[in-house]
Amino acid sequence: MLLRHTNKEIKPRKALTVNPAKTCQPIGAMYASLGIHNCLPHSHGSQGCCAYHRSALTRHYREPVMAATSSFTEGSSVFGGQANLVQAINTIFTTYEPDIIAVHTTCLSETIGDDVNQIAIKAVKDGKVPDGKHVIHASTPSYVGSHVTGFSNMTKAMAMYFSKSTGTPNGKFNIIPGYVEPSDMAEIKRLVKEMDINPILFPDTSNVLNGPMTGKYKMYPDGGVTAEELTATGDSIGTIALGAMASADAARALDTKWKVPCQVQDLPIGLAATDRFIDALRKAAGVSVPDSITRERGQLLDIITDMHQYFYGKKVALAGDPDHLIPLVEFLLSIDMMPVHIVTGTPGQDFEKRIREMTAHLPYTVNVKAAGDLFQLHQWIKNEPVDLLMANTYGKYMAKDDDIPFVRIGFPILDRVGHSYFPTVCYKGGMRLLEKILDVLLDRLDRDAPEESFELVL
Amino acid sequence: MRKIAIYGKGGIGKSTTTQNTVAGLVEAGNKIMVVGCDPKADSTRLLLNGLAQKTVLDTLREEGEDVILEDVLKPGYGGTLCTESGGPEPGVGCAGRGIITSINLLEQLGAYDNEELDYVFYDVLGDVVCGGFAMPMREGKAQEIYIVVSGEMMAMYAANNICKGIVKFAESGGIRLGGLICNSRAVDYEKEMIEVLAGKLGTQMIHFIPRENVVQRAEINRKTVIEYEPEHSQADEYRTLAKKIHENKKYVIPTPIEIEELESLLVTYGIAS
Repeated sequence: MLLRHTNKEIKPRKALTVNPAKTCQPIGAMYASLGIHNCLPHSHGSQGCCAYHRSALTRHYREPVMAATSSFTEGSSVFGGQANLVQAINTIFTTYEPDIIAVHTTCLSETIGDDVNQIAIKAVKDGKVPDGKHVIHASTPSYVGSHVTGFSNMTKAMAMYFSKSTGTPNGKFNIIPGYVEPSDMAEIKRLVKEMDINPILFPDTSNVLNGPMTGKYKMYPDGGVTAEELTATGDSIGTIALGAMASADAARALDTKWKVPCQVQDLPIGLAATDRFIDALRKAAGVSVPDSITRERGQLLDIITDMHQYFYGKKVALAGDPDHLIPLVEFLLSIDMMPVHIVTGTPGQDFEKRIREMTAHLPYTVNVKAAGDLFQLHQWIKNEPVDLLMANTYGKYMAKDDDIPFVRIGFPILDRVGHSYFPTVCYKGGMRLLEKILDVLLDRLDRDAPEESFELVL
Repeated sequence: MRKIAIYGKGGIGKSTTTQNTVAGLVEAGNKIMVVGCDPKADSTRLLLNGLAQKTVLDTLREEGEDVILEDVLKPGYGGTLCTESGGPEPGVGCAGRGIITSINLLEQLGAYDNEELDYVFYDVLGDVVCGGFAMPMREGKAQEIYIVVSGEMMAMYAANNICKGIVKFAESGGIRLGGLICNSRAVDYEKEMIEVLAGKLGTQMIHFIPRENVVQRAEINRKTVIEYEPEHSQADEYRTLAKKIHENKKYVIPTPIEIEELESLLVTYGIAS
């Protein structure tokens, strides 16, 4: 009982977070930066920040994650980090030779008020940025928002820095996939192409953080959106942002700057959300949905109908990022499961509002909290037990203590593989989610079945 | 060894008052160290007869961690030991962190271990705007605070704010307010008003320094009044202040007042009456 101190009695808490359901802004910014081809993320702060963020990403993706740091000393905290960053830019371009450096800030550099924009301009003026190379930057203090905010800020920064308009539409479509796995980004790209649409997907971590083992180390893997593609986003015929928290800012910025019409959709998790995504693509690009996609949809529907009896009425507790939870809760409701406790660590009142609207028709009131934590979720579970827990790896303690079937979703997943190779978005991803849910539910059924009713066929 | 910090609104004359008082104490045979906690690094100018000082943070930046005490501690008027913490140029970095860094470094280097020292004076920039500027108030640093004030509204307002800072540290540590030093701006009824303010704050107006042009002349010549015109009556004022501080027995945890009360004070006693 590792969490034996968690009790049923819920007391109001203001300042204290126990077992957070979010992590640092720079982790999201670093992840987004890795979705640019030939880009080295750079952490403007002390070494420890950079080391932690790299290791957090490495533990989740099981791939080497390269990033540089301004290596703040006591002196840099007093005099500002300009000298360190200018030196770093020089060293990185001369020694590690990326095309792009994506600088994100940290709590320290934010608090002392370093102006990275001014420093980047100075680096260019001082001739530290070779022709054709770029320094982009985003402000990412960890005490604001969460890893999702950091992802959003860096995604907006790449769009703002590179995008240009030539006045001639290029016939392409911008897709901002949100804070999802490399496998999810690949799946979204596959579906968009299947609809005969030419996408610019950014950021794109597929083939960066889920690449093959070739025996050869590549500091900058093959994947990632290129600078040329990012430049062309200003000429695209439209933008679809998937996930309001992670992607809307970048899409709206492109709309404001270059009048590229944007729409913000939920992440395509589950049947209805994927339907909306496909429909949005169909309308925006004026194409028809190919049979191959309709077939995938039918397969997902088939699993839902075949196994409906095992989903029906099962209570679920969930923790994750807002963009994931909103369509996921919708999906679970659509297959007659009962989400009862829902927590995200990322602050933002829209989340609670969306979940409340979505669950208003239910005969019970859902527990939902933004800027919540896993302790709160666990207390809710103690008060009203659930049949299934869906959370990142940190949920395993609750699952073990309270013997709850557990499906790992979101970031980070530190103790299982698969997430970087198999998607959970779109119809295929929906099928995988159902497979995972059924696996744990049916394993439990088998485990607990008395011998006389231990069934061969379920 | 007595450790004293001088606070007060920016431009009120903290550095001038501190250095002149230090000169007075030196004359009386005390051994003193002055720690300037202002990024401008001008807190020891009059004692050193110019801005001859290389600051602690400049030295740290150039020499790395291998700073030795002699690099940052300069002998000044009458054998005073002068050091400036220094800080970043305006508009960049974090001056507050600079003060924390430099005072920690001075401690590490053993600047306070000199057993001959009778006094350490901290001269701190402006208001207590952030944690860094409160560093001299922390446990084990200064034990006595004197606030330089004048009869101007904002100076009194700042003094009251500084008292709030002192209360916070006094409750957990041993720091106490020694009194208000009125550096006159020749405002009407100034002395009376500051005496009442001191009373309300639970402290005393330890001395009233009249406004005198000789202070300016001495400043231009990079000297304290005591060094520049030792016979001048103003020099005696500083000597008196030094003596009063030396003999001070009244240390209190201040009782800051509400802003309305402060304003009514100005209406009752001040220029508005």
